[in-house]
Amino acid sequence: MKRSLRIACGAGFSSDRLEPAVELAQRGALDYLIFECLGERTMAFAHRDRMLDGAKGYNPHVAQRMRAVLPACRRHGTVVVTNMGAANPLAAAHLTVGIARELGLAGLKVACIEGDDVTRQIGPDTPLHDRQGNVRDVGLPVVGANAYLGAEALLPALKSGADVVLAGRVADPSLFVAPLAHGFQWTMDDWQLLGRATAVGHLLECGMQVTGGYFADPGFKDVPRLVDCGFPIAEVNFDGGFVVTKLPDSGGCVTTATVKEQLLYEVHDPASYLTPDVTADFSAVQIEQAGDDRVRVTGADGNRRPDRLKVTIGFDGGFLAESGISYAGPNAQARARLAGEIVWQRLSRNNALQGDLRIDMIGVNSLHGTAHQQATDTEDVRLRVALRSRRREEIDTMLWEVEALLCCGPAGGGGYRASVSPCVVTHSALIAREQVRPTLRMFTA
Amino acid sequence: MSARLRVHDIAHARAGDKGDISNISVWVYDPKDYPLLKKQLTAERVKAAFPRLIRGEVLRYELDRLHGVNFVLHDTLEGGVNRSMNLDSHGKSFSYLILGLELDAD
Repeated sequence: MKRSLRIACGAGFSSDRLEPAVELAQRGALDYLIFECLGERTMAFAHRDRMLDGAKGYNPHVAQRMRAVLPACRRHGTVVVTNMGAANPLAAAHLTVGIARELGLAGLKVACIEGDDVTRQIGPDTPLHDRQGNVRDVGLPVVGANAYLGAEALLPALKSGADVVLAGRVADPSLFVAPLAHGFQWTMDDWQLLGRATAVGHLLECGMQVTGGYFADPGFKDVPRLVDCGFPIAEVNFDGGFVVTKLPDSGGCVTTATVKEQLLYEVHDPASYLTPDVTADFSAVQIEQAGDDRVRVTGADGNRRPDRLKVTIGFDGGFLAESGISYAGPNAQARARLAGEIVWQRLSRNNALQGDLRIDMIGVNSLHGTAHQQATDTEDVRLRVALRSRRREEIDTMLWEVEALLCCGPAGGGGYRASVSPCVVTHSALIAREQVRPTLRMFTA
Repeated sequence: MSARLRVHDIAHARAGDKGDISNISVWVYDPKDYPLLKKQLTAERVKAAFPRLIRGEVLRYELDRLHGVNFVLHDTLEGGVNRSMNLDSHGKSFSYLILGLELDAD
């Protein structure tokens, strides 16, 4: 058993950058490289992709990422763990095996973890956890439902010597907890160690958000060479203490401030962060600078894991259409406001809209408009009209009316653009652990 | 009259989302400013500052050892990332709403 492990994050979300992951694979001297690529949104869209084409539904960048890192990972004995399987881990596993063969990596072992898809166990009477009522009350067709698997679901693959572990909906920190628990031979009821491993996973799971990404605020929080920002590495000790760092020649920074911001990212009560593995307690965590771009984190703790698992249910929400037109120069705000008013009137008069309509003035009130009406003197304003509807004809009517502003609206409007995208609405439910049965399939290149 | 300063002058923040709940952690750069932040940037203050945005309860957790506070804002994201019609459906920019609030320098 090793006394310490080097584990790193090669992606913190579905569309994360590729180059820094390749650098890590080549020069990180890593035991494990984790790609965390699923959110509530991306999981929902993966289900949609799979409905349209049964061979799809996995992360669109699986092939690029695998091709880019597998040779170096094989060379250095780095195991890859990822949830890039999304709604179709089996297809992603087959794809990966094919790529490994192309690359001449004969013998590479690819594990496929399934069992997170609980769509068939969700019915109209399933109660929801994040709002009143049940699935039926949402009034939309279910697209798919996934339970958040924990580290336990990944352990059999690691024990079987997998070089790549491909899963779907695994809780983000669990992707890190599993390799640490496996590498240090921790038991899955040592809540304190699992709490510490969860701190590692939580700090690393968003990639650059702990190494200077999503942090820069010029003049207040300056980040050196953000353009070449590196992904994070954790050097984890067998007792669960760890240092967050990055490749020394990469851009970005690891400071107590970057680590603090990430420690509570998407956390509510710091003493009770629920995952499938543990109820993690970050309330007594200590964070200290231990060198340039090295931050030591100690004192995370944990308590018994929750009895039930969280399930995210995706519903077909129809389309989200967005369109816009811009006004600039003297009195731009008044002209944009007038444009919004007449679009609203024309749509509500000629067409009984059933969808949700929203009109914003970008540059004036689009982001915090619901917080406070801000009077600004900006002379560069974009009108945004958004409509969510399950009726395509409503969408087309809205787009037509906004485009018509070019000739039938206030003076000087220009730059009409529009987009229509499928919309998936999500809600959560809880499910008993016994109802979720993770499975393992191994493939060899 | 005491001088006014913005939270942005003494602290940094990050917002996260889970469903219809936004959380915003706020951290002072200099530990000497922590008592000021803790005293003035209360849950009640935040709730009262944005009545149209924050429709639910506001909770504040204090991390005295790390010199930061964590606000949990319920019913704030117009239904959450997959339902909100806001351009910023995650509420990522909400961290700067709090950083824009004013404090007494006293």
